[in-house]
Amino acid sequence: MADKPKLALYWASSCGGCEIAVLGLHEKILDVAAAFDIVFWPCVIDIKYADVEAMAPGSIDVCLFNGAIRNDENARMAHILREKSKVLIAFGACACGGAIPGLANFSSREEMFEWIYFQSPTTENAARVFPQRHTRVDEGELELPAFWNTVKSLSQVVPVDYYLPGCPPEVQSIELAVQALVTGELPPSGAVIGLNIAVCDECPRERKDKKIKRFYRPQEIIPNPDECLLDQGLYCAGVATRAGCNARCPQVGIGCRGCYGPLDGVYDHGARLLSAIASIIDADTAEDVEAVLETLPDPAGYFYRYYLPQSLLRRKARENGQKKSAAEKKPAAAVAD
Amino acid sequence: MSEAEKFNPVIVGFLCNWCSYRAADLAGTSRMGYPATLRDIRIMCTGRLDPTFVLRALQGGADGVLIMGCHPGQCHYQEGNYKAIRRFALLKRVLQQLGLEEERVQLHWASAAQGLLFAETVSRMTRQIQALGPLDWKHNWPNEEPFMLLQPYLHEEVAHGR
Repeated sequence: MADKPKLALYWASSCGGCEIAVLGLHEKILDVAAAFDIVFWPCVIDIKYADVEAMAPGSIDVCLFNGAIRNDENARMAHILREKSKVLIAFGACACGGAIPGLANFSSREEMFEWIYFQSPTTENAARVFPQRHTRVDEGELELPAFWNTVKSLSQVVPVDYYLPGCPPEVQSIELAVQALVTGELPPSGAVIGLNIAVCDECPRERKDKKIKRFYRPQEIIPNPDECLLDQGLYCAGVATRAGCNARCPQVGIGCRGCYGPLDGVYDHGARLLSAIASIIDADTAEDVEAVLETLPDPAGYFYRYYLPQSLLRRKARENGQKKSAAEKKPAAAVAD
Repeated sequence: MSEAEKFNPVIVGFLCNWCSYRAADLAGTSRMGYPATLRDIRIMCTGRLDPTFVLRALQGGADGVLIMGCHPGQCHYQEGNYKAIRRFALLKRVLQQLGLEEERVQLHWASAAQGLLFAETVSRMTRQIQALGPLDWKHNWPNEEPFMLLQPYLHEEVAHGR
């Protein structure tokens, strides 16, 4: 028992889907349990943060860290687990690139608090109650972790050894990683564990010359089941997204959402998607191109759905971004980042 | 010109080898005056312009990006500038969603004979950006640590010769 390598799993700002993906190994989870000694996994075993803090540095052999970094608690756990782990793997799209929580970078903390606690139509909050960093109760003072203005990927907070993208990573991707870890045949440090081909290479749909006059949203047409979705005007990120999922979404008529992220050597997933999508527009003048683009609402949301915090610009410009003092003046509640 | 003395913007220019770069040469050899704000990079065609270049320039400290190429219909490679039109239109929308002012990234045409147009374009864009003020994109990012500046795995991959 003592000889087995030690495994830790942690969720930061995530939906829990990555935990389910690990459990989705089904009976192979027993192989994982047989090969590893699970020392920390808040979702599954009863353990407290203090127990991890008490561990010796480097005592965990492999840590699968899922979730983006969006508050002090996430960042603190990232630093602790980095110190305790020999190999830290960014597990899932959130840890790799910020992903869905990272879409918060299209707005500011103030805007989010304003909407969530006061403005949204389902909210009745006349007393303007919202979370405070510190609250006094009879038993003493309660503290909430500081909520950041900007969501970060794991590698923007601590150095990461390997990346396992996907939302969530598919079973075959996890198996690949487990295999590599068990046999010790690991790729060079800093690599993405997985394939280096695009989703299109795995997609069985038939591709033709791409020239489209307008984009369609999924509810607007029923796509032909055999033809490339992009050829039919449905936005699909498969052209610039890493394979590994067997083109799951395109196979059932939904355009690839881009969760496996960019291929090796790409600096900005969104820019590559932008470039690919723009090149299929069948129009030559600026006016005609604009008319086609009117049918593609929220392009930044499409292109940066999973990798905005890990992109070159990382977030929307903050109000008065260039004037530091003005931006810092209005702390909503749980402050600082 | 008092405003210009206060703030001298950095504009990264991506100029097409066949037209706009020659226009810049012409402006120079003809001794036309224009502000020294443009850092021009010669590309073979505006169709080669990966949107990543523009984002990288903005991230790296540029206050604006000026893309210049051949007039539509006059591309040395037949249709490169049409590709640029499409990419630029989409890029403009994405940058607007990211909170960037429209004037900061511009696409213009100038043939090899239009040195004056080139000089005027640079002058006009310089004035527009001076009115907007510095961009300084990294101010939008709080608490940076040195190892976060680029996707670390890219460097690792280069280091490992992959």
